[in-house]
Amino acid sequence: MSRYRVAVQVVPRRGLLDPQGKAVADALHTLGFGGVAAVHVGRHLVLDVDAADEDTARRQTREMCERLLANPVTEDYEIAEVTPS
Amino acid sequence: MKFGIVTFPGSNCDYDTFQAVVETLGEEAVMLWHKDHDLQGSDVVILPGGFSYGDYLRPGAIARFSPIMQEVVQHAERGGPVIGICNGFQIACEAGLLPGALLRNASLKFVCAPIHLHVESNDTWFTSRYERGRSIVLPIAHGDGRYSADDETLDRLEGEGQIVFRYAPSALEAEEAYNPNGSMRDIAGIVNGAGNVLGMMPHPERAVDALLGSADGLPLFESILQRVAV
Repeated sequence: MSRYRVAVQVVPRRGLLDPQGKAVADALHTLGFGGVAAVHVGRHLVLDVDAADEDTARRQTREMCERLLANPVTEDYEIAEVTPS
Repeated sequence: MKFGIVTFPGSNCDYDTFQAVVETLGEEAVMLWHKDHDLQGSDVVILPGGFSYGDYLRPGAIARFSPIMQEVVQHAERGGPVIGICNGFQIACEAGLLPGALLRNASLKFVCAPIHLHVESNDTWFTSRYERGRSIVLPIAHGDGRYSADDETLDRLEGEGQIVFRYAPSALEAEEAYNPNGSMRDIAGIVNGAGNVLGMMPHPERAVDALLGSADGLPLFESILQRVAV
């Protein structure tokens, strides 16, 4: 059993109205960052997971995302990084 | 008839609902704690408004795993009536009792105001005492009420008559201003396919007496009472 640090990103599904992302994009435009085409605001979660190996940690995290961490109706998730910790 | 009203940590409309059921409707009600495993013989379960578990992660995401919710889901699967109001609607969606999800209001603002609704269907357990097409006024108080689902789900809700309440313009309002949260197809309340689970963002329990500003919520409770008493 080893401990892995798993980083997960959860973002609103593309195509759905994301008023928070739009508000941030508008603010960036006001600051002069005209090159920002779009912003999506989501959540970044960092989990410390004890598992037999990296694949198991990854698989368990995917299941956590499906069941709790992301809403399958409105959000997409991505396991950004798995590192031994 | 016995109503079971669930209290989660962070629920804040549980006692308003109790008052509406007991004082106004004159029925029996029991408060159900989120850690309970027993509905105590409730005929109708109400998931009240509030901010269960501080809305952590997403509104309703954590409450859905409460011990009492396992009982509520079984009750619903047996065909028992469940009413989810505001946060209760969010919890019912997260629990899979109703399709779709409730997202942050398009305005990003918490909206607390009386709003106009159109009763889309009175052919449900919860709206038989309303006149179809009637315009009613109920209060809303939420920051995450924008109903969202994919087109297929929305078409099915529409086709099967599962959309119960829609935000609607009043005579005095500008046409574009009536939808308070950007909800898809102006949806304010829906029922599941079997018709025994209702979810709605407006608060009928806060509108059961003219002294409260509106009594338009009362027929909802009378409808389910009539349905279950038969």
